[in-house]
Amino acid sequence: MQPDFIGIEELVWERLSLIPDPEVPVISILDLGVVRNVRYDGNNLEIVITPTYTGCPAMSLFVAEIRAAMHDQGFDQVEIKIVYSPAWTTDWLSSVAKEKLRQYGIAPPVKDVDPENPFAPPPVIPCPRCNSEDTTLVSQFGATACKSLYKCNTCKEPFEYFKHF
Amino acid sequence: MIMDTQQALFQYCLRLGDTNLILGHRLSEMCSRGPMLEEDIALTNLALDHIGQAEVLLQYAGEVEGKGRSEDDLSYLRPVDEFRNWRLVEQPNTDFAYVIARQFMVDVYHCLLYQKLQKSNNEILAGMAGRFLKESIYHQRHSSAWVQRLGLGTAESHRRIQQAFNDLWKHTPEMLAAKPYEKKLIDYGIVPDPEELALDWTVQVIRVITQSGLRRPADSFVETYTAHTEHLGHLLAEMQYLQRSYPGAKW
Repeated sequence: MQPDFIGIEELVWERLSLIPDPEVPVISILDLGVVRNVRYDGNNLEIVITPTYTGCPAMSLFVAEIRAAMHDQGFDQVEIKIVYSPAWTTDWLSSVAKEKLRQYGIAPPVKDVDPENPFAPPPVIPCPRCNSEDTTLVSQFGATACKSLYKCNTCKEPFEYFKHF
Repeated sequence: MIMDTQQALFQYCLRLGDTNLILGHRLSEMCSRGPMLEEDIALTNLALDHIGQAEVLLQYAGEVEGKGRSEDDLSYLRPVDEFRNWRLVEQPNTDFAYVIARQFMVDVYHCLLYQKLQKSNNEILAGMAGRFLKESIYHQRHSSAWVQRLGLGTAESHRRIQQAFNDLWKHTPEMLAAKPYEKKLIDYGIVPDPEELALDWTVQVIRVITQSGLRRPADSFVETYTAHTEHLGHLLAEMQYLQRSYPGAKW
């Protein structure tokens, strides 16, 4: 790999870090962890992404926004490859991203006690506003595939929870 | 005729993909008809996940087949007798108890299947299964909680969920049956043995049913024919209407 290509790849990463998540605009698609690799060979630019949810409607938007951003940077030959393995996990969310989510009012993902067991009790989700652990699940499914709905029994505020996956 | 591995893999992906597609479509019919707002959102979220899984599986099926058919071609341009979905998922929504019983039976199977399929020698299938498993576990948490709630709820909710299981149970032999083309795939370590899955499935389903105060439905006659019930044709008439009326129409 020639050194100037590495510089170009770094530029691409930097540009990708400016693309907000279409559903949760406080975090970027890099914070989300969907971009797995960037490769530039002097001619073609290849960007590898992993979908969050198989049916996530934001996926085609990711692709369109990445393409547009790269086009603005002067890359005409952009190949966006979608890979499913290894499966995306919320563990790829950076700690900065988790803090940004909390400040935005969305509780960040909490690890399940026994992730492979569908009958295991769900973990405690602290309220993103007052940190109280006295919260109740209102709905397992929310406005987007990645979130569920909770309410805080201490400050009485409803809030969204970014599911652990 | 001896089917080669590629053809067997095509059939396998088609069965998984079609099952997800048809179930996703059935669930989408519940949009604005859920018993309450949260459940309406839940059912349409489930629909989205199943259609998403179908998209990936049918896209891969098309690649394996090698005739240039896309996931859309497979979904919208095949006649009813070429669909390979389980008969269980084409059954009408009838009432909320049927929706939940059907979902629960599928979720338990999907969790067991994907747990094993993520260790497949076929990297693409393994990758997909890893992704799908997380979604299916989440689904199962939802549907099994509802089976319990309905089973242990009022006399009416109990009667309805029991009725739903009793009615849908006759479709389980077809769903659990091993297909002849799977043998080669099992030998090559590409797919798990459906007979093992069937045993685990029965144990888990019966456990939740009895924990929910319900009775195990009686086994009816074992259907071995592969034809679909009348309901699939009606479903496809609606799902395929646009592509049939305006071939090649795009957004």
